[in-house]
Amino acid sequence: MTPLLQVENIAKHYGARIGCTDVSFDLYPGEVMGIVGESGSGKSTLLNCLAGHLTPDHGAVRFDTRADGLRDTVTMSEPERRMLGRTDWAFVHQHARDGLRMNVSAGGNVGERLMAVNARHYGDIRASAIDWLGRVEITEDRIDDRPTAFSGGMQQRLQIARNLVTGPRLVFMDEPTGGLDVSVQARLLDLLRGLVREMNLSAIIVTHDLAVVRLLADRLMVMKDGHVIETGLTDQVLDDPQHAYTQLLVSSVLQV
Amino acid sequence: MIKIENVSKSFTLHNQGAAEIPVMQGASLRVAAGECVALVGASGAGKSTLMRMIYGNYLTASGRIMIGDIDVATAAPREIIQLRRYTLGYVSQFLRVVPRVSTLDVVAEPLLATGTAQAEATAKAQTLLARLNIPERLWSLSPTTFSGGEQQRVNIARGFAYPYPALLLDEPTASLDPTNRATVLAMISEAKARGAAIIGIFHDHAARDEICDRQLDVTGFTPGLAA
Repeated sequence: MTPLLQVENIAKHYGARIGCTDVSFDLYPGEVMGIVGESGSGKSTLLNCLAGHLTPDHGAVRFDTRADGLRDTVTMSEPERRMLGRTDWAFVHQHARDGLRMNVSAGGNVGERLMAVNARHYGDIRASAIDWLGRVEITEDRIDDRPTAFSGGMQQRLQIARNLVTGPRLVFMDEPTGGLDVSVQARLLDLLRGLVREMNLSAIIVTHDLAVVRLLADRLMVMKDGHVIETGLTDQVLDDPQHAYTQLLVSSVLQV
Repeated sequence: MIKIENVSKSFTLHNQGAAEIPVMQGASLRVAAGECVALVGASGAGKSTLMRMIYGNYLTASGRIMIGDIDVATAAPREIIQLRRYTLGYVSQFLRVVPRVSTLDVVAEPLLATGTAQAEATAKAQTLLARLNIPERLWSLSPTTFSGGEQQRVNIARGFAYPYPALLLDEPTASLDPTNRATVLAMISEAKARGAAIIGIFHDHAARDEICDRQLDVTGFTPGLAA
């Protein structure tokens, strides 16, 4: 089986400081990988390098494109990379307002991404939007409301609908449940799990919440000071952590 | 089906003076299809440790743990995920689920993960929950609020939803009343009859004697304790 994403030796420096360095891994279709680590460990830098928001200093991020198989997205042209960002890739931001157009209706937010891939029929676009809003549990009567009128949890679900409407194969998520209250988090986690299974999505999730990765991620990568210090099956890393820092991280979680 | 050869493990506690604690040495075990083997030994002897090594959530330092033709001790995470999906089931003592997911969906999930159609998976889940005497009015609720015994039965229903060729059972009858205990023992027998290789930990001696073909005392694999 060909990996969907092949990451080789990614490094990004901010001047003399290390953003992230020596990161390599393969991600296969249907796999969810979690990246955990404390603030400043380089996990968001890495995610942004992978998703094409930052240009890494060196290394390759090869994606199994539908047309030409594995292509290095770091060296591909800007329009090609943007096209990927609108079709096969999705990016769910921690703050929904970074991923939504706040002055456009909910339906418009979802429809816009469809129009970006050349959907033109208004009725079809609206029907798709209604379908996707339903899947993320936003009722049809809210379709013409702007996200500013939505709660934080609803905005996050709308962002997910907007991202998944084009049927991406790879979703990048930056703290998707951060800042949401726990009951909303649980519902979002359940939604994401269902979507991953139904659509055979692959996902890379950056979070500092170990409970979230345990429930969502198949594999885990632990980062500290820009380096990957431990990787493995999620429950193996959490139940039998090998590195001193991971042991500290796992034993520091408060029991509820 | 399950072949464990000479496995060892130790824990290194970096944050407690880098203490290194050897916990398992020279453990070997074979379980054929249709056979049930009980792990026995005092608390702390390493029964659960060995079980977790087999399931892959504890790393194995040396030796081989073959489940079918996959060696859990060296397999990539992706291979272990596949193994757990289609081959190796695990009924733990504790239920760990996404909050707010209904009991029915919790039980049906292993079937959905293996590509069973929704209707069929739901029907199977209903049958199992009914058999384990979980009242139908609870099926649409999340099991996180259930009693200990109910949670355990939900866990068992989930573990038996898909017909895994290899099964690990950690105290499957621990907090059950006699009726449900008998049901669970019958389910284990049926799993054996269809050819599942089973490794179990049973503190319930009567259940162990009734269901298990052999016992293996893990004390012999505990470093420092072995004769």
